[in-house]
Amino acid sequence: MSTPFDNIKTVFRNAEVKPQRQDLYHLSIPKEQLVALVTHLKEVEGYLHLVQLTAVDWIEKNQFQLTYILNNPTKRLDVMVKTFIDRDNPTMDTIHHMWEQAATYQRELREMFGIDFPGSPRVDKPFILEGWDNIPPYRRDFDTKKYAEETYFPRPGRETNDPKEYMKKKLYPDEI
Amino acid sequence: MSKSDLEKRTVMSPDGEPIEINPLQDYFCDAHPKVHEPVLPIFEKFLNWARSESLWVLGFGTGCGAIEMRPLMTPRFDAYRFGIQWRPTPRQSSVFIISGYLSVKTLKRVIRSYEQMQNPKFVIALGSCTINGGMYWDSYNTIKRLDHYLPVDVYIAGCMPRPEAILAGFEKLKELIRQGKGEGANLYAQNFDWYKANQKKIIKDWDMPDYNW
Repeated sequence: MSTPFDNIKTVFRNAEVKPQRQDLYHLSIPKEQLVALVTHLKEVEGYLHLVQLTAVDWIEKNQFQLTYILNNPTKRLDVMVKTFIDRDNPTMDTIHHMWEQAATYQRELREMFGIDFPGSPRVDKPFILEGWDNIPPYRRDFDTKKYAEETYFPRPGRETNDPKEYMKKKLYPDEI
Repeated sequence: MSKSDLEKRTVMSPDGEPIEINPLQDYFCDAHPKVHEPVLPIFEKFLNWARSESLWVLGFGTGCGAIEMRPLMTPRFDAYRFGIQWRPTPRQSSVFIISGYLSVKTLKRVIRSYEQMQNPKFVIALGSCTINGGMYWDSYNTIKRLDHYLPVDVYIAGCMPRPEAILAGFEKLKELIRQGKGEGANLYAQNFDWYKANQKKIIKDWDMPDYNW
């Protein structure tokens, strides 16, 4: 079966193509070649629309996964370009020169995951967390519940009922 | 206003003389808020009746609950028949509706708006988010208890409360004001240091004046 990405291996030998659906493909690429691949997809293949740029924290592998979702409006095709970067030194090349809105995504990733994009406009300005002094909150080693309980004055006397136990007590009081 | 506008600096006057300005001191009052004692009980009773019949709400939607205030302005629920209307600025309003969850960034704006409102002022808190955090109980950026940061007069429970519930909350607020229990502004003045300490505990880059009036 021929896929829209048969030719991509001739240009980018390290790219791995994995079809997900008829209209959605996954491409994996090493970090260094990502900007080149995304430029190729935009300028040559016609993937003009950046749908989103997001990150996943693979704490077990000590890696961040960056996912760039691109859309081709004429062929009606989506492609997810994935790359992995080191979690201890999370730096990535910026793509704001291709899509201006990427700067906002990159600013959010800088704040929420601590991934740096040198050269991206206003990347170091606070986005929604003003004056945050802890580790970035979307990292998986950040304990959200503990932080919230320490910071935001939890209301005492809150009782929770386990639904299973509660219904057991209510429906079958003799069996307990 | 950006952060650099609030810094101390030297500027040149039109006459060519350098002037030192410190915006946080020069442009804002640094006196504590004062408790307003009632003048004459019977006169105060009349004033409270008048206040309760004319509630002007600040049009500031902090969370998803703001969507429930829109139907109140339409003919179906028509809050205007109860003497309630929405105003565009804090200087003209007497009721602040905190509509739902409040992130730290919004809380900063809420405090500035609340302190700019004229006395007497009342706060209505909508939804379970303002009571104990609601569905954001373990969020890193959403406050749990509003009454640690602002004095709250009426809580309306629900997620979200229907417009009927908000109307009932307004009726309750009117009752409280007529009984002389709408003392939120005085409470804020009395426990000012406690409120400020709580606010500063979570707003870490405090780049606004302590006193916004």
